[in-house]
Amino acid sequence: KDRVFNTPLCEQGIVGFGIGIAVTGATAIAEIQFADYIFPAFDQIVNEAAKYRYRSGDLFNCGSLTIRSPWGCVGHGALYHSQSPEAFFAHCPGIKVVVPRSPFQAKGLLLSCIEDKNPCIFFEPKILYRAAVILCLFSSFFQVHVIREVAAMAQEKLGVSCEVIDLRTIIPWDVDTVCKTVTCQAPLSMGFSRREYWKCFLQAFSSHVRHCFLSNGQCSKLWLNRGR
Amino acid sequence: MKGQARSRRGEGRIAERWSVKMAMAAAAVKFWGRSRGLGRAGLPLLRLLAARGLARSHPHRWQRQQHFSSLDDKPQFPGASAEFIDKLEFIQPNVISGIPIYRVMDRQGQIINPSEDPHLPQEKVLKFYKSMTLLNTMDRILYESQRQGRISFYMTNYGEEGTHVGSAAALDDTDLVFGQYREAGVLIYRDYPLELFMAQCYGNVSDLGKGRQMPVHYGCRERHFVTISSPLATQIPQAVGAAYAAKRANANRVVICYFGEGAASEGDAHAGFNFAATLECPIIFFCRNNGYAISTPTSEQYRGDGIAARGPGYGILSIRVDGNDVFAVYNATKEARRRAVAENQPFLIEAMTYRIGHHSTSDDSSAYRSVDEVNYWDKQDHPISRLRHYLQSRGWWDDEQEKAWRKQSRKKVMEAFEQAERKLKPNPNLIFSDVYQEMPAQLRKQQESLARHLQTYGEHYPLDHFEK
Repeated sequence: KDRVFNTPLCEQGIVGFGIGIAVTGATAIAEIQFADYIFPAFDQIVNEAAKYRYRSGDLFNCGSLTIRSPWGCVGHGALYHSQSPEAFFAHCPGIKVVVPRSPFQAKGLLLSCIEDKNPCIFFEPKILYRAAVILCLFSSFFQVHVIREVAAMAQEKLGVSCEVIDLRTIIPWDVDTVCKTVTCQAPLSMGFSRREYWKCFLQAFSSHVRHCFLSNGQCSKLWLNRGR
Repeated sequence: MKGQARSRRGEGRIAERWSVKMAMAAAAVKFWGRSRGLGRAGLPLLRLLAARGLARSHPHRWQRQQHFSSLDDKPQFPGASAEFIDKLEFIQPNVISGIPIYRVMDRQGQIINPSEDPHLPQEKVLKFYKSMTLLNTMDRILYESQRQGRISFYMTNYGEEGTHVGSAAALDDTDLVFGQYREAGVLIYRDYPLELFMAQCYGNVSDLGKGRQMPVHYGCRERHFVTISSPLATQIPQAVGAAYAAKRANANRVVICYFGEGAASEGDAHAGFNFAATLECPIIFFCRNNGYAISTPTSEQYRGDGIAARGPGYGILSIRVDGNDVFAVYNATKEARRRAVAENQPFLIEAMTYRIGHHSTSDDSSAYRSVDEVNYWDKQDHPISRLRHYLQSRGWWDDEQEKAWRKQSRKKVMEAFEQAERKLKPNPNLIFSDVYQEMPAQLRKQQESLARHLQTYGEHYPLDHFEK
């Protein structure tokens, strides 16, 4: 409770407090609930954290400070739960600003920020927040039973969480449901084969998916995700 | 016809939502419980919960809720521990007779209440006196040097020497100090060499800060004095964080945080006070209320009873002291330190004093206050005079020693001053280091670019004044 705790609701206080902890050499990880609310802490970040080492001639520093904050749009956040304020900090020498593209990247980069000897801001794209569905298995008719068994085995033997989607219809098939899962970065495995579908899914393996699907010669563009 | 694939997870999700709602409803009832009232909103709420299936699952509990109201009328709000009152009354802020000012000596340096005399040994009290007078001498010489164009800027500490020395003397040497900019006496008391004061003001090669900041932005890791920064009150939440870290480390250290009554208006001050109280930090908040924030008098800074009156609002033990009485400052800080470490809680000391000098060399305070007002404080209520009277009445000081010390301290300051003037400025390469712990490539390129520029156009720069 003394290591992970609530503070009063005050971003300038949260960051200032974190700086103070870091000045003593202890590691501080300050959370700003949404990046949209980081602005009260702008003075502490830009005028204090970023300049601590330089202005003191390296007598003091707050390198063991990391600020983490949920970042970016999710669709329904409107003005104050969707902002991407990294550009405001990009012009401030003395801090590092980090934005991961995937959960896997996020883990490594957060650890790097924490270990880094400079104050870091770690923006966590909210769109990456979801339960850990690692694998998507698409199938139809009796293969679904097989796939379900596979999913259970993967969970038991490998600790891998799988989402099983029973397509039910081959043509027309539920593009929307599949796309929703695909764009959430889960790698895919097909239960039936058709060349067009294979092409799309192979494309979808790439972590820079922009278009999702060629279906019956039609191209349906789904999400355009920059930097994902 | 569009296919409707059903994800098994989707089904689970809906079921999950229901059970969450029911769990919340059950928790709400459990929290409010039998003995607590729900008030007028309670019955409709209960009916809603009943409609959602709660009644079906917990019929007995629902029945019990209906008979709570008249039995237990005490307030149940989580946000305050207080009684009800049925009289409409606003609490009157007491600014006519505010929080009293603790003092040990009168204006003539005589102890008022002998039981409050700290009975400090002669050596220690002499150190108080010599620290305050040395600071005063250094201030005079450096203020003059700015007027002569030798340094770019300076801030004097006239009138506030007692607040620095009294509080510094009550701390351990390892207690961390976060200051604002008018606390040089704390460094003097901790034996920061004159050479380093001068080095920082001149920005020469000996400056620990590598010549990067304006004068009076001192810092010293060895003496646990965090480097000063210009933005006001930013040090307050930082000091609280440092105190929290000290608590976790079981360091038996306190952090002291100095600020003026003007900086106390900043949001960072409010943040710091609240965090210190809620997170139980061993910190002393030391407010130097000197009557002015540059040209803003206290009547335009706040309407309440100063800064001490704010402490209780945060749940902080607070005291107001006579800042020009070095023993009062000492006693208050000593006791605050003892308890802050023992009880892990913050203390607020508001030291009333007067800023005799201008805000800085960029200010001319005759524009906003009378010379008479300044003279009163300089002549009638000065921390140095009061302590001198005390020393003299104890037979620990006399006019002879005064003359000798004035000469000696002036000589020391002048020597350091002249040496500092002759030294070179730091190497221009130091413009680029310490921005990050390691120098990134683009800064290295800029550094190399400057080096090339100086090679070609060096004759246009006063490179002789800078270290190669």
